[in-house]
Amino acid sequence: MDRPWNNKAWFLVLPVLALVAISAVIPLMTVVNYAFNDTFGNNQFFWAGLEWFDEMIHSSRLHGALGRQILFSAIILAIEVPLGIFIALNMPKNKGFWSSLCLVLMALPLLIPFNVVGTIWQIFGRVDIGLLGRTLSALGVDYNYVSDPIDAWITVIVMDVWHWTSLVALLCFAGLQSIPQAYYQAAKIDQASRWAVFRHIELPKMKGVLLIAVLLRFMDSFMIYTEPFVVTGGGPGNATTFLSIDLAKMATGQFDLGPAAAFSLMYFLVILLISWVFYTVMTNLDRDETSGEAK
Amino acid sequence: MRIRPSAIVMTVYILFLLLPIYWLLNMSLKTNAEITGGFSLWPRDLTFRNFATILSDPSWYMGYVNSLIYVVLNTVISITVALPAAYAFSRYRFLGDKHLFFWLLTNRMAPPAVFALPFFQLYSAMNLIDTHIAVALAHCLFNVPLAVWILEGFMRGVPKEIDETAWIDGYSFPRFFARIFMPLIANGIGVAAFFCFMFSWVELLLSRTLTTTVAKPIGVTMTRTVSASGMDWGVLAAAGILTLIPGALVIWFVRNYIARGFALGRV
Repeated sequence: MDRPWNNKAWFLVLPVLALVAISAVIPLMTVVNYAFNDTFGNNQFFWAGLEWFDEMIHSSRLHGALGRQILFSAIILAIEVPLGIFIALNMPKNKGFWSSLCLVLMALPLLIPFNVVGTIWQIFGRVDIGLLGRTLSALGVDYNYVSDPIDAWITVIVMDVWHWTSLVALLCFAGLQSIPQAYYQAAKIDQASRWAVFRHIELPKMKGVLLIAVLLRFMDSFMIYTEPFVVTGGGPGNATTFLSIDLAKMATGQFDLGPAAAFSLMYFLVILLISWVFYTVMTNLDRDETSGEAK
Repeated sequence: MRIRPSAIVMTVYILFLLLPIYWLLNMSLKTNAEITGGFSLWPRDLTFRNFATILSDPSWYMGYVNSLIYVVLNTVISITVALPAAYAFSRYRFLGDKHLFFWLLTNRMAPPAVFALPFFQLYSAMNLIDTHIAVALAHCLFNVPLAVWILEGFMRGVPKEIDETAWIDGYSFPRFFARIFMPLIANGIGVAAFFCFMFSWVELLLSRTLTTTVAKPIGVTMTRTVSASGMDWGVLAAAGILTLIPGALVIWFVRNYIARGFALGRV
């Protein structure tokens, strides 16, 4: 749709601008302030320049958290994306009560408060009272997510798969539904294999939504905080301390404001970069959509 | 009857999703003695005492009330400011529109952990700590951008000719917007409100940082009470079950738009 140029539209945007300025720009300026200054309280600040950035870039603690974060996000994507596609392909396509029920049940984990997700998995995984912990122990598996780092990792990952795979599946399903039935009939006439149908019909149609799903999952897993915090508290040791957990510890636990602020800004730059990729994908999708209508 | 493989896949997957939730429900209907004493797949001596504890103790149920107050406040604020902005983005081009739209997105993507401390200082300076409005405003950080993006996606689907016809018929802008345009995107408003509600409801980090006692959300009540009284598993599970209810109640109405909402109005 071609939109006319009208700067009066700014008045319509003004409320949003004012509100988001309060809730984003001012706090961000505070962070910037802390990142470049040192303080001993009493609102006295001393210019520290890039000292905090230097400290953070060379901090092994940050490297550890970043490494764990990247590994976590990579594992999450490697499991959730293929599984999500697989589930989407198996979802009932007709619109009836059962397919609606499927949708609702699948979406259920997405609507659970993050701390309750943690609580659910804590209760489910505990060796003394949890179904999972008890079953694994009964099978002779030495499983205890409280003391064993590997078990803690597995628990956090399974929890995230449980929590978010449905998002990938629902998005892919939305993409699949836009495929006209005629495509499948043509494939049938050509005697295309199941794989060929997937590779040449379904996957190209899902490409856009899949990209959104991957980016959303990446972003959200990159800033995961509450769920692992409730289940493992970042432990055992530092085994499941991801970036946000580390940052919260540093800022609100130890009040190391300078380093925490420098950390925040670098964190934010990464987010900005990924947001830009996301934005480009979105606007390209919008353009494809409108050019498709024009045909 | 022939059973299709896809039905098996879906059954297994949904069982996987429901099993942990069932276990929580199971725990909430047991006494603490039964939880720690033995192991059973269903409650042997069924009790509603855990739920009764929560619903009769103000320090528990006020957690839900507080959460609901700031969530509803946030949803109303977000939708009110997002509606005109989304209209502007979907209908006009103006100076810096693309940058602004992108900047909104970065706020949706911003990690709450980065904002927790500055928010605390900002709202301390404004004397708003431990009020519902503070949490509602803080959650605008990610909900306003979300609402703008979702609404813009829906408004894009309404043909511009409708606006033009209304101008010719002599409608003023506010009247056109309220009487003609809003009913047309009623679905979109519903979906945007649902997602604002949801993301505000599930968030804990910011709401925990900004509240102490009066406006304490249920999530915080859960963590604090449990650690203080030495693991009251039954009540904890019951509190968890009760937090699922708002989501479960409304999800049926937006089931066909869930994907669209998560993808910020695109798809």
